[in-house]
Amino acid sequence: MSTTDIPVDNGVNVEALLGVREALGDTPDIAQFQWRATTEWVRGTHSQSSVETFYGFGEEQQHKTTFRYDADHPLAFAAEDNGVTPVEYVLVALGSCLTAGAASIAQQRNIQLRSVTATVEAAMDLHGILGADPDVRNGFSSIKVSFQIDADASQADLEALIAQSQKRSAVYDVLTNPTNISVTVN
Amino acid sequence: MPHVCVVVVGAGHCGLAMSRCLAERSIDHVVLERGEVANSWRTERWDSLRLLTPNWLTRLPGYAYGGADPDGYMSADEVADVIEAYGADTAAPVRTGTTVTSVRPAGRGYAVETDDGGWTADAVVVASGACNVASVPAVREAVPPGITSLTPAEYRNPDQVPEGGVLVVGASASGVQIADELIRDGRPVTIAVGEHVRVPRRYRGADILWWMEAAGVLDERYDQMDDLVRARSIPSMQLAGSLGGETLDLNALSGRGARLVGRLSAIRDGRALFSGSLPNVCALADLKLARLLDTLDAWAARSELDVPEPPERFPPTAVPSPPPLDLDLRRGEIRTIVWATGYRPDLSWLGLPVVNARGRLIHEGGVTRFPGIYLMGMPFLRRRKSTLIDGARADSQELAAHLATHLDSVAREAPHHAAGRG
Repeated sequence: MSTTDIPVDNGVNVEALLGVREALGDTPDIAQFQWRATTEWVRGTHSQSSVETFYGFGEEQQHKTTFRYDADHPLAFAAEDNGVTPVEYVLVALGSCLTAGAASIAQQRNIQLRSVTATVEAAMDLHGILGADPDVRNGFSSIKVSFQIDADASQADLEALIAQSQKRSAVYDVLTNPTNISVTVN
Repeated sequence: MPHVCVVVVGAGHCGLAMSRCLAERSIDHVVLERGEVANSWRTERWDSLRLLTPNWLTRLPGYAYGGADPDGYMSADEVADVIEAYGADTAAPVRTGTTVTSVRPAGRGYAVETDDGGWTADAVVVASGACNVASVPAVREAVPPGITSLTPAEYRNPDQVPEGGVLVVGASASGVQIADELIRDGRPVTIAVGEHVRVPRRYRGADILWWMEAAGVLDERYDQMDDLVRARSIPSMQLAGSLGGETLDLNALSGRGARLVGRLSAIRDGRALFSGSLPNVCALADLKLARLLDTLDAWAARSELDVPEPPERFPPTAVPSPPPLDLDLRRGEIRTIVWATGYRPDLSWLGLPVVNARGRLIHEGGVTRFPGIYLMGMPFLRRRKSTLIDGARADSQELAAHLATHLDSVAREAPHHAAGRG
């Protein structure tokens, strides 16, 4: 807990978040969002994805620029390593989501953060995606996230912070619970 | 239609506590009960159920436990006996076997229809209970044939449960109690654990409820909560009265052979899928327990209480490594699923929209936006203890005061209504 009179500033606009939560009571439909990404094949296992627009708060929204992401397989897979693998993007997503959550919750709980580093490690048995063993899943067999946090807070406070971040994390939910995916062609 | 100042719906501990307060204020009223007094305690509880609060905490306006076992835990029948005697003590005006079918605005008050006649009333107190219906998630529809599903409202004892393994969905009070009973009966039990509240039965020589009451935790008010929606959804504590002084947390259950899995997320092609969040929900419960004990220890130190036993902290919840993520329900390992997934009130008979678009009750400490319509017995209605029998004590007194003021304002605007007050 910060013991100085300087207000805690982790750069999170908590009032805005609470304002949205308040507004949901009267107009719950504003909470319906749609996120989008478009992927274009380039060559081999190399593709380029772009994210520009999303739908939320009752209208179409636009990012301030079009963000682009290259994905590929590494040289060790006899590919060209033009970008990280799709599964590595998932680890980026998880680390980002939990870290953003940690900052927001720390702001709400008056904990001044000085640094936060999340190391995300995921184990995978390639027998799955290679189809070499039907008992092995394609995806991760486990994910481990290790946080290193420098802040004026006790170990218990920091554990509670990170536990709460998981509790309210979208990507954590996507990874720990099943999600329906429907795919069509032409 | 005859007129009465107040109709109280439900002759459980809340309805009868309110009746006592109204009688003390000479407010003319009737208590309508669809079954017998304390109906749900007699008909909707399992055989071995005991209160999870110690007997001395069973208090109502004008009633305190006077039996031989203040530190024990009453059975459901004993609770029903207490409530029945309480009502009889002041000859509460109860009409049993009378089911309310609708409540509609009528003039300045309401028209209350039942299956045995109706009344007009200036005020209606909804005391029909918070646990009328077992809440079962939609995923129940995907349970493969050949597996018996039971809710805690239907469960009575292990003998009615088919031989073989049981999956208990939910690890709050009902879930851990039923899981424990089935384990002791020799069943293989798997328990699917979502968010839960872990507490020890006893702490530093006294019951945890004694601590929570003495330290003021049970008296925390609804208007002091930062997040009241969350506070009202907190699940029931993992406690039992049926084990004497023993703690009934997940470590106790896994120590007796229960298998822990994460929250039941989905059933797909006959496979139950469990969330990978089990380590975190256990960490959340462990951290919350430590914060509670910190609060209690700090209060004891401030109050200069002479507690012989020193502060104690409990080992973290042991989580299987790795926890199973799925279970094939068609393999025969699980023969019964117990859906200990919560309860909700049934207010379908109340023809007034007291719930919002998300199905949440809208009220300000039991006062609804319909003048003269009051709620009782809901979680964290006015205080944390509103869920407990003792909660009805303060809640009924405060709401009766509000109601009396309301009746005065009705009487001032239409003097002939005052004829109903003694």
